Amino acid sequence: MTHPFLALTDSDREEMLGTIGVGSVEELFGDLPEAVRFGRELDLEPALSEQEVFEHVAALAERNADASRELSFLGAGMYDHYVPAVVDTILQRGELLTAYTPYQPEMSQGVLQAIFEYQTAICELTGMDVSNASGYDGTSVAADACYVAKYVTGRDKVVVTETTNPQVRQVVKTYAAGFGLEVVEVPHRGGTTDPNELERAAVDAAAVIFQQPNFFGCLEPAPDLVAAAADGGALPVAHVDLLSLGVLEAPRRYGAALALGEGQAAGNFPSFGGPHYGFLAARQEFIRRMPGRIVGETVDTAGERGYVLTLQTREQHIRREKATSNITTNQTLLALGGLVYLTWLGPQGLRELGETCLSLAAYAKQRLEEKAGLEPLFADQTTFKEFAVRVGRNAREVVADARAQGVHPGYALGRDYEGMDDVLLVAVTERRTPQEIDRLADVLAEVAR
Amino acid sequence: MKLIYEKSQPGRRASALPHYENLPAPPELPDELRRSEPPRLPEVPEFELVRHFTELSTRNFGVDTGFYPLGSCTMKYNPRINERLAALPGFARLHPLQDDDGAQGALELMWRLQEILAEVTGLDAVSLQPAAGSQGEVTGLMLARAYFAARGEDEQRRKVVVPDTAHGTNPASVTMAGYELTHVQTDARGNIDVDDLRGKVDEHTAALMLTNPSTLGLFDENIEEIERIFHGAGALMYYDGANLNAVCGISRPGDMGFDIVHINLHKTFSQPHGGGGPGGGPVAVRDVLEPFLPVPAVVRREEGGFGLDYDRPQTIGKVRGFAGPFGVFVRSYAFMRMWGPRLREMSEVAVLNANYVLARLKEAYDLPFDRLCMHEFVVSARSLKREHGCTALDVAKRLMDYGFHPPTIYFPLIVPEALMVEPTETEAKETLDAFCDAMLALAREAVEDPELLKEAPHYRPVKRLDEVRAAKNPVVKYGFAEPPVAEGEARPVAAEAPKGA
Repeated sequence: MTHPFLALTDSDREEMLGTIGVGSVEELFGDLPEAVRFGRELDLEPALSEQEVFEHVAALAERNADASRELSFLGAGMYDHYVPAVVDTILQRGELLTAYTPYQPEMSQGVLQAIFEYQTAICELTGMDVSNASGYDGTSVAADACYVAKYVTGRDKVVVTETTNPQVRQVVKTYAAGFGLEVVEVPHRGGTTDPNELERAAVDAAAVIFQQPNFFGCLEPAPDLVAAAADGGALPVAHVDLLSLGVLEAPRRYGAALALGEGQAAGNFPSFGGPHYGFLAARQEFIRRMPGRIVGETVDTAGERGYVLTLQTREQHIRREKATSNITTNQTLLALGGLVYLTWLGPQGLRELGETCLSLAAYAKQRLEEKAGLEPLFADQTTFKEFAVRVGRNAREVVADARAQGVHPGYALGRDYEGMDDVLLVAVTERRTPQEIDRLADVLAEVAR
Repeated sequence: MKLIYEKSQPGRRASALPHYENLPAPPELPDELRRSEPPRLPEVPEFELVRHFTELSTRNFGVDTGFYPLGSCTMKYNPRINERLAALPGFARLHPLQDDDGAQGALELMWRLQEILAEVTGLDAVSLQPAAGSQGEVTGLMLARAYFAARGEDEQRRKVVVPDTAHGTNPASVTMAGYELTHVQTDARGNIDVDDLRGKVDEHTAALMLTNPSTLGLFDENIEEIERIFHGAGALMYYDGANLNAVCGISRPGDMGFDIVHINLHKTFSQPHGGGGPGGGPVAVRDVLEPFLPVPAVVRREEGGFGLDYDRPQTIGKVRGFAGPFGVFVRSYAFMRMWGPRLREMSEVAVLNANYVLARLKEAYDLPFDRLCMHEFVVSARSLKREHGCTALDVAKRLMDYGFHPPTIYFPLIVPEALMVEPTETEAKETLDAFCDAMLALAREAVEDPELLKEAPHYRPVKRLDEVRAAKNPVVKYGFAEPPVAEGEARPVAAEAPKGA
């Protein structure tokens, strides 16, 4: 029986083998030494029809407690923001979905222009001069920044604040071992980083990476951290949330050299961890050290405007072992989702969204205190859409007990931070209504302490 | 066509957000942290947004549009059921930090995918974490380092051997992993030059990185000897899975002797390429390397069910967030379940299609290595260039006028004027014939009217684009006009173009 994803008929095969001048498909594999030929059938379950695969995989999906089945306050780097229908519509356009890297620009003006527009949006949000076409995620772009900093400064140490997402720190450490970079972490003091402490650590560092808002949701004294990094000659690198940048200052404005982060919140579903896009933007002076694809404007032979991949001499397919990165496949489709989403929001929407997050988080803090008697861990810090609270007993148990009532109350910080076994990190996005927040407070009143 | 920023008008918007009554006012932000100037995001109504991006899509060419024989990229059909499955709320809205008991379906899917990949590659353990092939490469090399470090040999073994036909990602990954590169040449039949190799592999060698079949589309006939050389020297063998579409169910990297393999889920296993990504680059390894795999590992628990295991004291760490690009796993898993053991047939047809196109094009293009090919092949436009001044680039651009996406050009580097063609198993004979007819027709055009090629494309939304100009004076974002001055007279557009760099 033929397969739905194949087209050749028996007579096609015969004719083609005749043109090639062989008697069988077997003969086409004549170059394979006998010893490396696979002597049996693959031990896999028999092929399924589309309907069967749908039933099977949909049944697996049914067994997950996603945010449509559980009232979720989980964040910690991935957020349940609303993704508008226009994002799905555009990303499912086959001409965009099933194309590859636009090596041939005349075939790919759609994707190229979209990336150019994406780069513009990222530069507008961060205040930077140049953005790449995307990196894998919010962790790998931080490792990329270390590679940039190592070559720009010639130094062999990077500093990362402890309030930076633990996954980002772990990926930086993994990659840095390869680059030959030492990674130094600076502890937090009451939920944020002490600029003086950072300044001491930043001496002789290639880069200082900090997160704004930080992993605890608190606002770091970003201008002071940047100054502390720059004083020691390190590149200040801001890991930021795109959706905070309608209310929070653009990293370039307070002096960051690079701005990067996880784009998921802006236009991608959490999807159990991916695929998403990492964004990476920098000041003009680093343009030729940037990793990844960059699209530039040009003209065609008739003088009309068009777009091409540019500055390719940075890249692995030309520079090989001297490339600025090994990246080739990136996250273009997800970045396009980001562009569509940011276009949907517009500048007004972005600001409103930021204000709604700020208000809802303030409301949540207030309700948890009033109804459940839970105090924010860093009570005197301003927070964006996430905050830490002490729950009086092991937070992982609190999570389990709350989930039994259909509410996922947040992330147990003890998983990453010593002395925080009884701390919960609670995230609120615009998708959490005040009534849902009240429900969280009621459930925590019951299960906490 | 206009940029979305050029369609923007202040006061328009596509979004309406929920408004909640009686919320506290947002807390006052310190002045130095508050946004001082709003970002100039586009301001358009929703229908304008949809029309803009729909128009962009009409200026793009994908596998859904037509034949896309981009060598080394495996541009096969992407089944639509995969999109429906990945979008199910149980997957799309599942948080990656959900407790294991709330993610059993997702974990089971990942575990099953690992099992399938282990069987297809002939290896023991799989990590799905790497986000793409090149991240798989660097992960694999870090695994090699961890393995040798555990044996006290990391300082001794500093070299990684890469053939001159390799993708640029291989040498770039070698540098990123902190290794030194050893080049090895290609022999007259398109295999690794084994004599060259023998002198270059010793106790300082950590690993070989090999794509097999190679980027020439040729299976290395000396693979057994190569295996003896590397393992004999105590080194590891790394398999770049970019060309796995040639050999599924026919020959397994593990059986060839490879210890570490990355698989490109977006190539062989049909994750749509998305205009450049996403991809997936799982790594499969022999059992001795399993302790070093990234965390978390997806495991089946003895007590039943599935879980994420972080307790791996010898792990290299993490190369990406969470457990990997899960949506890609859903698509590739569904794809592989629809093939099952028939994956062999998939690869056979991919190889048959490639050989058929090669047989038809041989008469008009130079063939650097006169052998049967695997799933792709490389021909050269060298004679066309010498005799008629038409380069591989001209051939590629003219092919667009016939409605085909061009092959990969100027790669691999060892073949001048290279055209690398990979039809995949997807295409019908009629399509392959139409492509061959076009390639032959334009080879004749090169003789009769070379300008037709040199000025191509003629029928795309843009004419040939000036890439040199783009690189010389990079304009990498829109140059916003200054706000109108008081009299309402617009100032000239301020170029945001760079000051040199």
